[in-house]
Amino acid sequence: MAKQTEANSAADEFPDSRSMVEQTYARYRKRRRRFATTVSLTQFIILIAFVGLWELAGRFKWIDVLLFSYPSKIWTQIVQDFANGSIWPHLGMTVGETVVGFFLGTVLGTLLAVLIWWSEFLARVLDPYMVVFNSMPKVALGPLFIVGFGPGFTAIVATTLSITVIITTLVVYNSFREVDPNYVKVVRVFGGSKSVIFRTVILPASFPAIVSTLKVNVGMAWVGVIVGEFLVSKVGLGYLIIYGFQVFNFTLVMSSLVIIAVVATLMYKAVAFLERKLIRRS
Amino acid sequence: MVPAVQLSQVTHVYVTEREAKLAIDGLSVTIMPGQFVSLVGPSGCGKTTLLSIMAGLLQPTYGSAFVYGQLVNGPSPRVGYMLQQDYLFPWRTILENACTGLELTKRLNSASKERVIRLLDGMGLGGTESLYPHQLSGGMRQRVALVRTLATEPELLLLDEPFSALDYQTKLQLEDLIVETLKAHRKTAVLVTHDLSEAIAVSDQVIVLNRDPGSIRRAFDVPELIRETQPFYAREQSGFNDLFHDLWKELEASDRRGIDGKANGG
Repeated sequence: MAKQTEANSAADEFPDSRSMVEQTYARYRKRRRRFATTVSLTQFIILIAFVGLWELAGRFKWIDVLLFSYPSKIWTQIVQDFANGSIWPHLGMTVGETVVGFFLGTVLGTLLAVLIWWSEFLARVLDPYMVVFNSMPKVALGPLFIVGFGPGFTAIVATTLSITVIITTLVVYNSFREVDPNYVKVVRVFGGSKSVIFRTVILPASFPAIVSTLKVNVGMAWVGVIVGEFLVSKVGLGYLIIYGFQVFNFTLVMSSLVIIAVVATLMYKAVAFLERKLIRRS
Repeated sequence: MVPAVQLSQVTHVYVTEREAKLAIDGLSVTIMPGQFVSLVGPSGCGKTTLLSIMAGLLQPTYGSAFVYGQLVNGPSPRVGYMLQQDYLFPWRTILENACTGLELTKRLNSASKERVIRLLDGMGLGGTESLYPHQLSGGMRQRVALVRTLATEPELLLLDEPFSALDYQTKLQLEDLIVETLKAHRKTAVLVTHDLSEAIAVSDQVIVLNRDPGSIRRAFDVPELIRETQPFYAREQSGFNDLFHDLWKELEASDRRGIDGKANGG
């Protein structure tokens, strides 16, 4: 009873402590919401200003329309391409090459990382080769791939792989090595073999690193595919860019760029979504 | 009776890129089943190396280690090891973590799982089975690590400063819990620690080691009265302070010897 009164009198002295908490939180939420709104609004204004200025500059011939085109022309081109379906083979081919290059690159890169983690000998032997290969501009190998695989899908995927595989290997291998040796000790004490150590500790611990190389590889795969298409193809968004450039149809070039930007962003978002799904822990 | 641990003339040389260094020099020790022995000594006395040798994680360069009469040549399910920190896998739930040892030694079945759940429950961790390690406090996590070690029913427990990363209150509670659990199951334990009062409070025997290279300096038997008392109250028993001071002097001398040895060597 005495305790009850004490508690009550304490509550009397600070009658609003609970509502004070709520108010503070409400104020905080409001401030954050307003900040988020301002950010979105500013982003929108920048986009509108850029597109609007470009449109005006094009219409009033402040810039060379032949070279720089303008938004409404590009938009018409895109709508038309989609309406008559002529874009689909190009889009399909490029997205196909990117997805294949991206998955193969990640898988092969990770497998190579596993291999050199397994054998220190192999890691040491391959080290200088990987360093050299990683430092050189891989797209310079494009012509070799065309000669080797013939102009087409395989050569383009190979170009993509040359960009993605080694960097994936280096990043994943590093994350394998950075796993706290004490986790390995936990497994070793229970008599775990090297393959058990890999399965129960190294791989799960490196999972976040592997998934984040996926994100990097999306961008890398696009570089490989577009460059590959510049070099050889008869179909694809990269081909459209080169074709548009050769026939001086820069509206086609620009519209291809816009489509690439949209599709690449979607792909990146898909991988980011996958990352959130795969890594549940906070 | 077959000793739980028998080290004879164990010598270990650590090899790095730069040099080879004598870490342990001809160390022999015998620990009987059911005993709780603490190893104390300045850093560089090879305490953790000794534990690794007993656990079968390291092969001694010379000499041999026997656990329950068997020559140690690799990790054995009869030996459990607890590290400085819990090292629970963050991607596994508490129950999955506690079952790690059973899983790796291929003894995970519904009966053994049931036992792990009971062990967790007995340590005040009931209801946390499906949580993840980051949702638990440091003391709770170290208790899960203890369950993980006990789940495989080892007869010998090697404790590598398992309380050092905890706050004082949690540390005292966990000391009581571990000693109680080990006594109840009649396990043998070897504890490595920096904390002298902890060593006296929990063990039957305290061994002071020399450093550079590691060797036994002196072994102290803890008086009956302190041994019989729970670690928390052991610190208040008569004789505790005397033993503490003896140990302290011995440890200081050991530390000085290491420094002098280095000065002479250099």
